Amino acid sequence: MPVRTYIEAIRETLREEMRRDASVIVLGEDVGKKGGVFLATDGLYDEFGEGRVIDTPLTESLIIGASIGVSVNGLRPVPEIQFADFIFPAFNQIVSEAARMRYRSNGTFSCPMTIRAPFGGGVHGALYHSQSVEAFFTHVPGLKVVVPSTPYDARGLLRSSIRDDDPVLFFEHKKLYRSVRGEVPDSDYSVPLGRANITRPGTQVTIVAYGLMAHYALEAAELVEADGISAEVIDVRTLRPLDTETLLDSVKKTGKAVIVYEDNRFGGYGAEIAALLAEEAFDYLDGPVTRVAGPEVPGVPYSHGLEDWFMVDPDRIAEAVRRLAAY
Amino acid sequence: MTDRPDHIPWFRKMLEIRLFEEKVQELFMAGLIEGTTHLCQGQEAVPVGAVAAMHADDVLTNTYRGHGEALARGMDAEAAFAELMGRSSGCCGGVGGSMHLTDFSKGNVGANAIVGAGLPIALGCAMAFKLREEPRVALTFFGDGATNIGTFHESLNMAAVWKAPIVFVITNNLYGEYSPLRSTTPIEDLARRADPFGIPGVVVDGQDVDIVYDNTLSAIERARSGGGATLLEMKTYRYRGHSRADPAKYRPDGELEAWKARDPIDILGGRLASEGQLSAEEQQNLRKEVSAEIDAAADRAAAAPPPTFEEIQSYVYAG
Repeated sequence: MPVRTYIEAIRETLREEMRRDASVIVLGEDVGKKGGVFLATDGLYDEFGEGRVIDTPLTESLIIGASIGVSVNGLRPVPEIQFADFIFPAFNQIVSEAARMRYRSNGTFSCPMTIRAPFGGGVHGALYHSQSVEAFFTHVPGLKVVVPSTPYDARGLLRSSIRDDDPVLFFEHKKLYRSVRGEVPDSDYSVPLGRANITRPGTQVTIVAYGLMAHYALEAAELVEADGISAEVIDVRTLRPLDTETLLDSVKKTGKAVIVYEDNRFGGYGAEIAALLAEEAFDYLDGPVTRVAGPEVPGVPYSHGLEDWFMVDPDRIAEAVRRLAAY
Repeated sequence: MTDRPDHIPWFRKMLEIRLFEEKVQELFMAGLIEGTTHLCQGQEAVPVGAVAAMHADDVLTNTYRGHGEALARGMDAEAAFAELMGRSSGCCGGVGGSMHLTDFSKGNVGANAIVGAGLPIALGCAMAFKLREEPRVALTFFGDGATNIGTFHESLNMAAVWKAPIVFVITNNLYGEYSPLRSTTPIEDLARRADPFGIPGVVVDGQDVDIVYDNTLSAIERARSGGGATLLEMKTYRYRGHSRADPAKYRPDGELEAWKARDPIDILGGRLASEGQLSAEEQQNLRKEVSAEIDAAADRAAAAPPPTFEEIQSYVYAG
């Protein structure tokens, strides 16, 4: 089976979806001739031309607003927000417009668009090139939020997202782009939205994570295995709609849950999972639902030591798992 | 002047909008319409003249002061009243209310209560038409206040670069909410804001439906034939305050009266009478007829049931 990097999986899937469906277009800052700052759209301009691979100015509000306009007219835009940190000028268009289009039109119109955005820290990007923004969007009914962690899932979930009839935010952890390789079949497989993945079975503690943290959770599970702790790891993959069944089944089995996310802890996405477990698995819990997340500062800092301090790592996750296992 | 279509339907539509708005006020006072309303009495020539220049498959976006465009575009008054009353038979099933009259079946992609938010969406519609080589045009109606928002400049810039088939229509009624334009904006003629983007900007007498129609038609034809975007500034005036609770005491004495002396319905009515198309008496009869229709539409709307939770929850995601 061919082995690909995460970014290769994204790029090839975009190309294949554009070949398959002439209504799929790509737009964003430097996505055309340049091929995107991470080269996620490299080569698409040459193959599909400026009519389907559209360079826009640095105007996120317009990129998403125009995507809404084309999507309600039968196209399937895949706008790229160059860094997730830049998404806020488009926040109104995403939250007030795209999310509500179906709702306000009695179900007659929708915005089938996939907003791709690289997110996450650990790359020395500092205040405006490192943030995790998923929680702002998972809160909103009408939106779907996807965070793949492997090349296999990146391809399968991007296919599902582009083919989906609702607006999807597709967050790609930029640290994974070239650091992660994996087997990706050439077949037309897809990974359905709304399904979590048990990436490592275990019996004593459930570790829930997504994005870069899904990898760190697996590393942490290896670390605690040496202490005789059997940890089950769940990669959430789709944050909204959430696969509550897989999460609840796992925690009902293990009785203990560590939820990991890279964003700062307070009000982060993991809080929703913690609430779910407290409400619906209370009778099965043998210890406090535990979160491992970033500190309460308003942005990932630059200086190497500070960034290391901000970022959750496998050791911190393992430490939390050990503590909870011993509870 | 171009070959003019039959004006009597225009006159009728302007009356319908005027009487619709007056009925809305009445229903609001009676408690049948809740929340707030933003009325457009005095501005009727803009929606009627501009929409008359559109083809059936063209699209528009507009604003929270959007009853005029919705009715001009053919929304049934009953569906509009029902929406304002929160009924299931409303054009948005009771989800939207006064500020969000939307009817996709008539190419009305949405009235928007976020100032400036409709411009990029209309531009996206225009882009889709251009990419698919469809001879269709998008119009986006917005107020004078929106010309100070980022999306206005972003959209004009990109429309110019793309030569997009779009017409930007400023309904300049001289007030952004409660503030006079001159206190927030350093120029008087907003059409000048087209200049930096290299597209035509035209100041239009928004009280005269013929002039509105002619200028909009030119802009639409230009857009449809590949000539790109135009910015139209319709100079007009809202007779009422910003919203239902606003007595508009910030307006200088005599301003309202001066504008009423150039009432858009009177201007067209005078023309129809002098040309022998519709006498003053016939105009009075027409007004009574439209008034009765508006009353009946409001009554039917009020009799409709409220929407159900099940119904609206099914409109959040596909399938």
